[in-house]
Amino acid sequence: MILLVVMVALLVAMILALLRAFLGPGLYNRILAINNFGTKTVLFIAVVGFLFGRPEFLDIGILYALVNFVATVAVLRLTHYKELLSGSGSKGGE
Amino acid sequence: MTLIVLDVLSGILLVAGALFLLSGAVGLLRFPDFYTRIHAVGVTDAVGAGLILLGLLLRTTGWETGIRLVIILFFMALTSPTATHILAHAARRDGVRVWRKGDPRR
Amino acid sequence: MTQLNSENPLAERRRRPWVNAVRSLLRMAPVPALFWLALSGHYDPLLLTLGAVSVVVVCWLIRRSGLAHHGLTLPFALRLPRYCLWLSGQVFITACVVVRKVWSPRMDLRPVVEPTPAADLSERSLVVYANSITLTPGTLSLAVHDDSIEVHSLKAADIDALDEGAMLSRVRRTEARR
Repeated sequence: MILLVVMVALLVAMILALLRAFLGPGLYNRILAINNFGTKTVLFIAVVGFLFGRPEFLDIGILYALVNFVATVAVLRLTHYKELLSGSGSKGGE
Repeated sequence: MTLIVLDVLSGILLVAGALFLLSGAVGLLRFPDFYTRIHAVGVTDAVGAGLILLGLLLRTTGWETGIRLVIILFFMALTSPTATHILAHAARRDGVRVWRKGDPRR
Repeated sequence: MTQLNSENPLAERRRRPWVNAVRSLLRMAPVPALFWLALSGHYDPLLLTLGAVSVVVVCWLIRRSGLAHHGLTLPFALRLPRYCLWLSGQVFITACVVVRKVWSPRMDLRPVVEPTPAADLSERSLVVYANSITLTPGTLSLAVHDDSIEVHSLKAADIDALDEGAMLSRVRRTEARR
């Protein structure tokens, strides 16, 4: 019962994060929102695993936490390289 | 008896975590600029996630699931400030301006 | 050709100290090994062999990427839980302040960016300190310099609290060897 409530709260929070990712002016707001979305996904996987009595889902959660961190760093590296290649730094928060 | 106490305690932790999570998400939408939004995300990452994982930890039956939850908690506590710092540092270097009181939202 | 030349000294250096390599492997191995054992849950000979191979590969990667000197020492790891408990209490208190700001109808935000002193810290303590600053909602480390950390904060009082140095002295106490 409580797990169900937490799951709904997580879903609402995920929708809000997606909204910020769509609205967000500039690159950095979007990366921030997506990173936050990934964190909530890990929590969602954990809660759903407990709700269905299948705690093996937690392995996927660990993997997702790893991928989330690496993806954020990798995207930042990529944008930095782009900025280096194009010569002048582009303003990210227009 | 202890089972009931554990159940109630985990329920309190889970609900509190969900409230912090929602507050963080609302802050992510309401705060006026990128840097202040990071603080809202910090609420979600640090407190919301921590409380929910602790609440789940009180409901575990086997040590294997418990250890996985602890590893997720530890890993999040380690990576989320690192990722946030890298993001803020990159934005700072890229010239994203800091919002002051009285500026328009962006 | 130039590539070959540039690679040669590296290979030389690695071939010579075999003993050194094995010793550093033994020093690094316990953490990934424990991690593997905790996560696996299956203990057949085949899987144990694969686990040992993966531990060796991870240690080799750590050594190759030049991160080997960042290891945890035992006294530091023993003092860490106490600091973590104190930090989680701090995080909870500051999070409540930020949550109140989120829900208040007229957000009263006065963000400031200021450096806070962080002199004479080892690299590891500096990382711990900067991450602690970021982890507590309301303060955020923007850039880490040698003797100071640039902090973005929701209100000036938070930076004043950092300058008073309660967190800094705790980080120092965690690092100090007695």
